[in-house]
Amino acid sequence: MNLNFSGAVLSQAVASGIMLGGLFALMSIGLTLIWGVMKIINFAQGEFLMVALYLAYFLVARGHIDPYITIIITVPFMFFFGIGIFRATISPILKDPVMNQIMLTLGVSLILQNLALMLFSANVQSVNTRYSTWNIHLGSVVISGTQLIALVGSVLCTLGVWYFLKTTDSGRAIRASAQNPTAATLMGIDVPRTYLLAFGLGSATLGLAGSLMIPFYYTSPTVGVFLGLIMFIVVVLGGMGNLLGCFVGGLVIGLAETVGAAVFPGSLARVFTFSIFIIFLLFRPQGVLSKRQT
Amino acid sequence: MNLKMPYIRIVVIGALICLLPLVLSTFYMHIAVLVLIWAFLACAWNIIGGYAGQHSLGNGLYMGIGAYTVAYLVNRFNLTPWVGLVVAIILSAAAAAFIGWIVFRYALKGAYFALVTIALTEAAVYVVSNIPALGGAGGMQMEYRGNSLAYMQFAGQNGYFYMGVVLVVFILLLTQWYKRKRFFYQLIAVRENEDAAEALGVDTVKAKIKANVMSGVLCAVGGVFYAQYFLYVGPRSVFGEVVSVQILIYAIVGGLGTTWGPVVGAVLLVPLSEITRGQLGNSFPGSQLLLYGLVMVLTMMFMPFGIMGLADRLRQRWQHRSATPLVDSQGGEAS
Repeated sequence: MNLNFSGAVLSQAVASGIMLGGLFALMSIGLTLIWGVMKIINFAQGEFLMVALYLAYFLVARGHIDPYITIIITVPFMFFFGIGIFRATISPILKDPVMNQIMLTLGVSLILQNLALMLFSANVQSVNTRYSTWNIHLGSVVISGTQLIALVGSVLCTLGVWYFLKTTDSGRAIRASAQNPTAATLMGIDVPRTYLLAFGLGSATLGLAGSLMIPFYYTSPTVGVFLGLIMFIVVVLGGMGNLLGCFVGGLVIGLAETVGAAVFPGSLARVFTFSIFIIFLLFRPQGVLSKRQT
Repeated sequence: MNLKMPYIRIVVIGALICLLPLVLSTFYMHIAVLVLIWAFLACAWNIIGGYAGQHSLGNGLYMGIGAYTVAYLVNRFNLTPWVGLVVAIILSAAAAAFIGWIVFRYALKGAYFALVTIALTEAAVYVVSNIPALGGAGGMQMEYRGNSLAYMQFAGQNGYFYMGVVLVVFILLLTQWYKRKRFFYQLIAVRENEDAAEALGVDTVKAKIKANVMSGVLCAVGGVFYAQYFLYVGPRSVFGEVVSVQILIYAIVGGLGTTWGPVVGAVLLVPLSEITRGQLGNSFPGSQLLLYGLVMVLTMMFMPFGIMGLADRLRQRWQHRSATPLVDSQGGEAS
């Protein structure tokens, strides 16, 4: 095995890892938020991101809109898309066991993935924008400008969601419904409505992710499978329902991916990421930032 | 008499099924073998997912371990698949015990188990795709060595069909037998109310790990059978999310936690999806999985207890109308 430990390569890997980690965190906020509020894992979240990526792709490639301006379309679209899916499928069985709702989202993910396959074919689609060649040089380290914007977007989105939950009335209603739905109802909170809002919000964050990713990422019907897997890992690592933990979990996995790729020969890099995941499961199953609950 | 009836029913139906090769064409025999493979896997999932109520989304992992172990040992060391079967059982038991222990040792349950299992089975896809010795992303072909039970290979489908019938009858008998045992009562107690089960002295962690091992080992056996039938294993064909969902969808549609539910689900859905693929596969790729998604959503929305649950409810209503029963029979435990 030919291990590579040169300093320049490693510092480049760390820089890229932080960028990638920010992106992973941004993707996963919605999943952890939806879990935190209504104890549902939306297994279609990866496919929601796929929908957002396709939307952003078509707006940029066919509509010739600047990728960062597409945010004003993708975010509201994904908000209402999430609400629509929730209304049509999860709402009617909100009283059923949570496991049934989770299984249902798994069905939704199969439907979306294969609808995309029928509509858009299996081809991988990506788009060149004027930002694609934009690089920032910091000494020997090269940072892609579009990825830096995604990282900034990720930080702002995490802070924004946190601020929204902490200070606004709707945010308080969401937190109250998460803590104790019955008590929240007695206080006059329309719990199903806050669930709807939370689900829409969790989906809207993916609209942002889609727009920020399309300048440097690609889309395909199965793109959500891998990204969904990353989301699951990040959310478990961060502690389910923990916003800040989600950000840290994203960074851990982002760094594992790039540092692993720099240090280990190609085929072992991904094995390294998953080993990190299993090690965390062994020693901190409750998530990086959460307190142990036994 | 009444106690033996369910066993007799399984054996008699199994014997009658053995007559099918006399009437079915090659194409339908192929579908019949697929029905048996998936029915067996769904029954295996039913132990952890249905009886213990822990919805594992990663049983493809164990199926993949079974299929890859046998393919590797046969290809690399020229061993008979029967040795592969034993090794597969040992490896999958170890994996299932390890994963069960990781997840169940703390009070983390339900969705956490689902997330971890789906992450691990997907991770396995990427790991296996990157190991050249296991054929990488392309998977492994196995050589056909001729019609012999020693190599678990048969000319045509009939041999595989009978083997499938034996496996499904075996797992149905096993489930039926365990249903009267303390172990399954513990699992059902865990499913219905874990805290209450713990308070009554059930070692819930041990029961759940045991159920995971049993389910995992049986899935690995299904994987061995799958590899022997197709003589091919690929990362996405035996590991991964889609396979894991396929394993559980038959159990859910048929009826969770019932002996016959997974079989009923597979008998209905496998032919439907194979015919869909045959008819629409070329013009609409993915139509088969789209169908599974729709079935899953509709089942959850309109008959969460599956076909057996629905049948049970209808039976109860009918009994209610014809005569007032002395004791209300409980739902969800149809055999």
